[in-house]
Amino acid sequence: MTTSVDDVTTQAAVSAIVAAHRGQRGPLLPIVHAIQAEWGHVPQEVVPLLAQELNLSRADVHGVISFYDDFRREPAGRTTVRICRGEACQAVGAGALVTCARDRTGLSPGETRADGSVTVDQVFCLGNCALGPAVEVNGEMLGRMDTDRLRSILDEAVAS
Amino acid sequence: MTPSPNSPNSPNSPNSPVTVYVPRDSAARSVGADAVAETIRTAAAELGRPVDVVRNGSRGMLWLEPLVEVVTPEGRVGYGPVAPSDVAGLLDAGFLDGADHPLRLGVVDELPWISQQLRVTFARIGITDPLSPEDYERHGGLVGLRRALETPPADVVAEVTESGLRGRGGAGFPAGIKWKTVLDCADELKFVCCNADEGDSGTFADRMVMEGDPFMLIEGMTIAAHAVGAREGYFYIRSEYPDAVATMRAAIEIARENNWLGDRILGSDLSFDLHVRVGAGAYICGEETSMLESLESKRGLVRAKPPIPAIQGLFGKPTVVNNVLTLATVPVILANGAKAYQELGVERSRGTQVFQLGGNIARGGIVETPFGVTLRQLIEEYGGGTRSGRPVRTVQVGGPLGAYLPTSMLDLPMDYEAFAAAGAMLGHGGVVVFDDTVDMAAQARFAMEFCAAESCGKCTPCRIGSVRGVEVIDRIVADEEREENLALLEDLCDLMTDGSLCAMGGLTPMPVRSAIEHFPDDFLAREGTA
Ligand SMILES: Cc1cc2nc3c(=O)[nH]c(=O)nc-3n(C[C@H](O)[C@H](O)[C@H](O)COP(=O)(O)O)c2cc1C
Repeated sequence: MTTSVDDVTTQAAVSAIVAAHRGQRGPLLPIVHAIQAEWGHVPQEVVPLLAQELNLSRADVHGVISFYDDFRREPAGRTTVRICRGEACQAVGAGALVTCARDRTGLSPGETRADGSVTVDQVFCLGNCALGPAVEVNGEMLGRMDTDRLRSILDEAVAS
Repeated sequence: MTPSPNSPNSPNSPNSPVTVYVPRDSAARSVGADAVAETIRTAAAELGRPVDVVRNGSRGMLWLEPLVEVVTPEGRVGYGPVAPSDVAGLLDAGFLDGADHPLRLGVVDELPWISQQLRVTFARIGITDPLSPEDYERHGGLVGLRRALETPPADVVAEVTESGLRGRGGAGFPAGIKWKTVLDCADELKFVCCNADEGDSGTFADRMVMEGDPFMLIEGMTIAAHAVGAREGYFYIRSEYPDAVATMRAAIEIARENNWLGDRILGSDLSFDLHVRVGAGAYICGEETSMLESLESKRGLVRAKPPIPAIQGLFGKPTVVNNVLTLATVPVILANGAKAYQELGVERSRGTQVFQLGGNIARGGIVETPFGVTLRQLIEEYGGGTRSGRPVRTVQVGGPLGAYLPTSMLDLPMDYEAFAAAGAMLGHGGVVVFDDTVDMAAQARFAMEFCAAESCGKCTPCRIGSVRGVEVIDRIVADEEREENLALLEDLCDLMTDGSLCAMGGLTPMPVRSAIEHFPDDFLAREGTA
């Protein structure tokens, strides 16, 4: 998903994505979602392209993209671990999971290892509040997580 | 392995497939439901025993997930929690015929945890295949819509008003009154928007509706569209709920194929279509005006009110914004009449509420009962106390902006006004339990930290006040000018309450103040304290 982005192909791909969403009311957000789905992040180069295609100012486009936590400026690691830090998960040890991730990877929430192996993120609620603590690994939600299991997930991710 | 012999009167003769339910709900999947379903399919096939594995919604007994149900002559017999490694033993024991096994729970409908509830909104969830239109109609689906379509819009609105249904998203505003405002607008173009942002920690009922009974929500939206004169509707679903997004999208497609959406719905004059939009990780986009901005593909900045969204909402047009549970409850109100719903509940809180038990709780999940049930009943009788086995110390009700209540307040009835009078908030019905290891100063600090992280930034009390709040709590706990800083925190809370544009900054003081009020010792200096 995190392929490199060169000018010509970016432009063509962005145009295709825009064309696919143009009929919707207020299409920018669905378009940015589609871009992130394509490249794994939202490359800075798309801002002027989107501005031009949608007849918006660059500042508007940048403003929207930067408002939302989901949109990454840089590609994520090969494994992304999102730890739920909502209150319900805090009540059953989410804090210990954050500490465990930091100990094992050196990462605080929001950071990616220099070798591109792992990204650790935090999320405020995955809606799994009765089976916490919840963690999402590459989009798959795992309930009743504990530090041993998280450590082995991270061991594998760091080695990959 | 040998399959156990079938009893002669069993409908599950070796040749007709046994129906086995394994939930597809994402909470069940998070503890292995997919692997369990797959293992049952393969292992039964190896035995030559035909099974029909249906992926239902969850019954809401989440501590028992994956909860597998087998259709037997006595009813649906439950086994749980089932791990893939249990499947061989279950087959050996004859679970496909409902036989005994240490994981056997009994007939699920007769389990006290379920049978004591009154499932109105959640009546079908866990029972049906969420994406089967046949199942939906067989279990009472579309009755409300058909009745609504034969009823003039103003009468539908009146019915919803008379039912006493209040918005389940937090504020508890009467749904019918909001609808009437939209109906009374003369505009050609109006919208119905379903707020499925469900950002509050401790809440998951909206998710379970979308994953477990999506047609109900579509039916509710369609009734709303008929009632107010809208032709277009949107779901705003948070990105943290990919299963809900996929299920709603699939359900909309199926509904279109069945003419439950589209032109001249079910042969009526109503034409209405629905679209799914996905959020992007911003809690504030659950606030309705921020949600509308986000639906317009803008930054999720809160709008000043007035104008209210009912008059100038999405793209400036009259718009109904309702929570998932509000809209999901509309079909049953239309099907059974306002009176049946209105008769349930207490005082001005009518009908049922879908409570969500989470956090440190032994038996977490969905408890739907009429309003008026006490917190103690929910936590002790249904919830079975903490999961850790330690004493309950506090309960946060109503999400991150809700109060932390001490155990001395557990007899509070779940009722909007009773909670407001106690300085608390029912909110979306989330109940998060903490045991005695909780540090309430840390929870108060988190409330401010959360507000700082999630503030849209438009107003200063929320944007800056929350950052200052974190700093002041840190100083209090470090015993730096404690009294002065406590007074400062009080001041700051007043300012945020009175001066914020919306309830994000306006209610963040609620968890903070309740923590200080009920657990003052936790705010003493740290050195040498346990
Ligand atoms: C910060 C904040 C977050 C909110 N989040 C949600 C939410 O996730 N879901 C929701 O339905 N309502 C949420 N609300 C309430 C909405 O603003 C609005 O009252 C509600 O969607 C109206 O629908 P209802 O009348 O059916 O409850 C939130 C409010 C605030 C201030």
